[in-house]
Amino acid sequence: MSEQVRERTEPAAAGLLQDKVALVTGASMGIGEAIALELAANGAHVAFTYRQHAAEAGAVAGRIEQRRRKALALQADVASFEEAQRVIQEVQGGLGRLDILINNAGMNWDAVLWKMTEEQWDRVISVDLKGTFNYLHAAAPVFKEQGSGKIVNVTSINGLRGKFGQSNYSAAKGGVIALTKTAARELGRYNVNVNAVAPGLIETPMVKQAPEQVREMALAEIVLGRLGTPEEVASVVTFLCSEAARHITGQVIQVDGGQYM
Amino acid sequence: MRLKDKVAWITGAGAGIGRATALRFAKEGARLVLGDLDEAGLQETAAAVEASGGQAVAVAGDITRREAAERMAAAALERFGRLDILINNAGINRDGLAVKVKDGQVQRMGDDVWDSVLAVNLKGTFLCAQAAAVPMIQRGEGGRVVNTSSIGALGNIGQANYAASKAGVIGLTKTLALEWARFGITVNCIAPGATATRMTAGIPEKLMEGLLAKIPLRRLAQPEEIAEAHLFLASDAAAYITGQVLFVDGGISVGV
Repeated sequence: MSEQVRERTEPAAAGLLQDKVALVTGASMGIGEAIALELAANGAHVAFTYRQHAAEAGAVAGRIEQRRRKALALQADVASFEEAQRVIQEVQGGLGRLDILINNAGMNWDAVLWKMTEEQWDRVISVDLKGTFNYLHAAAPVFKEQGSGKIVNVTSINGLRGKFGQSNYSAAKGGVIALTKTAARELGRYNVNVNAVAPGLIETPMVKQAPEQVREMALAEIVLGRLGTPEEVASVVTFLCSEAARHITGQVIQVDGGQYM
Repeated sequence: MRLKDKVAWITGAGAGIGRATALRFAKEGARLVLGDLDEAGLQETAAAVEASGGQAVAVAGDITRREAAERMAAAALERFGRLDILINNAGINRDGLAVKVKDGQVQRMGDDVWDSVLAVNLKGTFLCAQAAAVPMIQRGEGGRVVNTSSIGALGNIGQANYAASKAGVIGLTKTLALEWARFGITVNCIAPGATATRMTAGIPEKLMEGLLAKIPLRRLAQPEEIAEAHLFLASDAAAYITGQVLFVDGGISVGV
């Protein structure tokens, strides 16, 4: 696990999340990157994990620092239970505390049921579902102890409706929704809010690689008539992490332009 | 300021959540049209908005009548030249069992009790949404409609009328989201849980204890917390959200 800590001392303008410490999993690109940057723009110091893309992660850390916030990039595979424990400790050590956890890291590896290998099923469930559990499990004692915390899990509308070719991904994301509600029940009495966002089709590297036909079929479903941007998901996550949303817990907020109603 | 130069119409602005939303929106730079049946409450809210440095026009009226809804929408155009946001907040409850049989006596929820709640909560919401959408569509710059459902939509003993009206608001919200997306108008609704307003002030202490035990966050919402949800859905932060129901209920819909 490599680690980069950089600091600047200039004061930032007071934001919605001023001086909170956030951890975002899977933030070297796409929605995770946008969330990390948006949290920083609102005053939070941001730690984040990445698995493979060290150069991109370094660039994200640099952009967080441009916002005069502390950044901490940690290499980790969210599927590892042990690494999750270590990441939480390193965030507390490096940034002093933990206020916000965003379980964003995810992957898809599509195939119809009859062609899906055991490896495909296991890997996607390990990253998308177990990965979320790993970080909830590691962060829960911290939040419980301090009597505060904000958790946002990134799921998908496909976790609500199912999706052709995504039995593994849909099952994992549906699992994240049930996990969100359970965590909200268990942690509510400790003043911890646990919610999920369910994006529809968002302009990310994952989606840009999709065949044109898939994009067009999706576009036809979206009542607002356009794909969403990572920033439009990040703004909702930021709201859920702010005190403005302190009475919202156990909810799944779809950010999908009306793609699934 | 997150609503700078925007014009928002808030119904049920004479008290509670509507008043809190008016004050919150004014703080973010919105100019306001305030509607309510209760003229005294309405004037109090308008005065509070103006005292905080905001601009508000108060229009008393009964939103179950098309004429009143149209008059409120027209006030936005006359006074401020545009309408960007509708907060469809006005609502009432008149609770009672649908059927009560005790000691040989039969009591039914009366037609008037059913009709009046449906008229305000569902038809009133529909009439105001229609009245707001016309100038938004004509102007061609989109808009925001935020309706008010409730955890009551999930069913609640003694609230057949209220639950039906609030579940109806969800169907209405989704349909209007589909119809108006092409005009850049997003339509969502919030679903408050138990909130500290006049509507919950009369709940006996014993019942309140039982209620709090069912809320993961162990407290009622404050009107200001619902106002924050209104602000979120009316702001750019929610640009890609439409047709959704946002529960602001301390987790009561999920359970403890």
